[in-house]
Amino acid sequence: MNNVFVYCEIDGVAVEEVSFELLTKGRKLANQLGVQLEAIAAGSGITGKVEKDILSYGVDKLHVFDAPGLYPYTSKPHTSILVNLFKEEQPQICLMGATVIGRDLGPRVSSSLTSGLTADCTALEIGDYDDKKQGKHYDNLLYQIRPAFGGNIVATIVNPDNRPQMATVRSGVMKAEKVAEYYNGEIVYEDVAKYVPDTDYVVRVIERHVEKAKNNLKGAPIVIAGGYGVGSKENFDLLYQLADELHGEVGASRAAVDAGFCEHDRQIGQTGVTVRPKVYIACGISGAIQHVAGMKESGIVISINTDPEAPINQIADYVITGSVEDVVPKMIKSYKENSK
Amino acid sequence: MSLKIVVLAKQVPDTRNVGKDAMTPEGTVNRAALPAIFNPEDLNALEQALRLKDEHPGSSVSILTMGPPRATDVIREGLFRGADNGYLLTDRAFAGADTLATSYALSMAIRKMGMPDIIIGGRQAIDGDTAQVGPQVAQKLDLNQVTYVTAIESVKDGKITLVRSIDGGIERVEAPLPILLTVNGNAAPCRPRNAKLVMKYKRATAPMERPADGQMPYAEEYEKKPYLTVTQWSVADVDGDLAQCGLAGSPTKVKAVQNIVFKAKESKRLTGSEADIEGLVKELLESHTIG
Repeated sequence: MNNVFVYCEIDGVAVEEVSFELLTKGRKLANQLGVQLEAIAAGSGITGKVEKDILSYGVDKLHVFDAPGLYPYTSKPHTSILVNLFKEEQPQICLMGATVIGRDLGPRVSSSLTSGLTADCTALEIGDYDDKKQGKHYDNLLYQIRPAFGGNIVATIVNPDNRPQMATVRSGVMKAEKVAEYYNGEIVYEDVAKYVPDTDYVVRVIERHVEKAKNNLKGAPIVIAGGYGVGSKENFDLLYQLADELHGEVGASRAAVDAGFCEHDRQIGQTGVTVRPKVYIACGISGAIQHVAGMKESGIVISINTDPEAPINQIADYVITGSVEDVVPKMIKSYKENSK
Repeated sequence: MSLKIVVLAKQVPDTRNVGKDAMTPEGTVNRAALPAIFNPEDLNALEQALRLKDEHPGSSVSILTMGPPRATDVIREGLFRGADNGYLLTDRAFAGADTLATSYALSMAIRKMGMPDIIIGGRQAIDGDTAQVGPQVAQKLDLNQVTYVTAIESVKDGKITLVRSIDGGIERVEAPLPILLTVNGNAAPCRPRNAKLVMKYKRATAPMERPADGQMPYAEEYEKKPYLTVTQWSVADVDGDLAQCGLAGSPTKVKAVQNIVFKAKESKRLTGSEADIEGLVKELLESHTIG
């Protein structure tokens, strides 16, 4: 009872990376609270395929729901699993990925249980809370920390009275670390029919096309990111040229994506991809919090900006005051001349 | 088959232009300090609704929004583009609502309107980016939901066929009506205003927008043309439970709000000169940071 739960997202018969990241965070939160970490995996034909991987992140108890109709994901059956299981287990915290699935499932579960949910958290901590209006003190609440309001501020959200405290976190925000290759957790194969009424299986997936990500932004050691200051789609080509030379990947800020300079799948930030490259070259990026949330753990940050006071310059190791059109070609030229 | 469609729309502060006074000390949004716009993805939702209306004669499109009286702008904008009518949920008791209290209020209003065949809204609003209200309204009305919709292919025999985005791809799904859909920015953009409809609805207002002293201009016109009065509902009008509305009905509380001060690093300042750039590139090459 009152444990920390993580909903594991399943692709085919494999667990998504974001779930391992959340299990790692969930393990730490459970240790801090002195409770157990439990996990839920729901899919079709997953028995024998997912258990060892999930347990290796330090899961004390894994609930497996394996039945036809649970894959591909649809909203109602997975909602019923969580809602009915949570009514029995009374978890204090539930984490899930801020993926298309997590953002479809989380709100439905929270509405059903009248519990609070915070989307797209960038940090999760345990702490106390004083409700001054009601004169009440709460121990050990989950601080759900996220940039808000277009990324202009950072808000800490708490759910004082309702359980579970629910949060979604994007892929790449937390780091996945196994506890042990063979972790001795309990596995429960649940009777799906007990949790999911037949009437839940009404939305039918007719067709499904999933392509491997077109870019390797998440794992790239060098990222050249462009912002609104790059000025145009054509100028973004300069970034691709530099990325080619340095064997890096091109990323973009939300403003550049909204302006149509770059595709959405290259967006870095709270509502995009989180990156941790060795070198991050920010071209014409002002540095809204929502962007910095997705790159702040980069090794060396180089900022190229016409504005010497751009906020991102404060976290940059090198600040080049100049335009992207002028500086980037010079970098390409100089790299060609000096490498090898 | 004619369809009864409700579009969920939100007036949002334009978060691309945020000043320092954008937040109240309580950590909620100070909407008065910011330009207000029609939430972008809700416009995509409106277009999908209008297309269904075009294809299914006899269908109706209603706009439902919650907010202060000035949120009626969103309803007028919808009427200018082809919606049939609008409902404004407005009451001080709705203020400070998180997503759950918002979906409660919207679901009560929809019950009052009479259950539609299709409820459609944007995937998320640009002021919160949570994407929670759609699924929560669906749950409160016990409806099926499909989120991240990019296109509605067809509606027939009580079934709807949709294309939606999923991580790294797309999915085609079929679902029975009634249903709640959320659409994302990849769905067809909204048609422009129609000049005739602008003429017809330019004086459409909610009662709370009108002067209270009875000195109302065009009073006669409002009497003759009932469609110029936007339906306005309070908590009591939708039989709402006060404990589930606004701040009181919100399980999430804002503990703290910070303007982030970046931990400043000691940065090396360079100019855009060739010598400076070359120096940097050489330094990075020597330390094997690049190359």
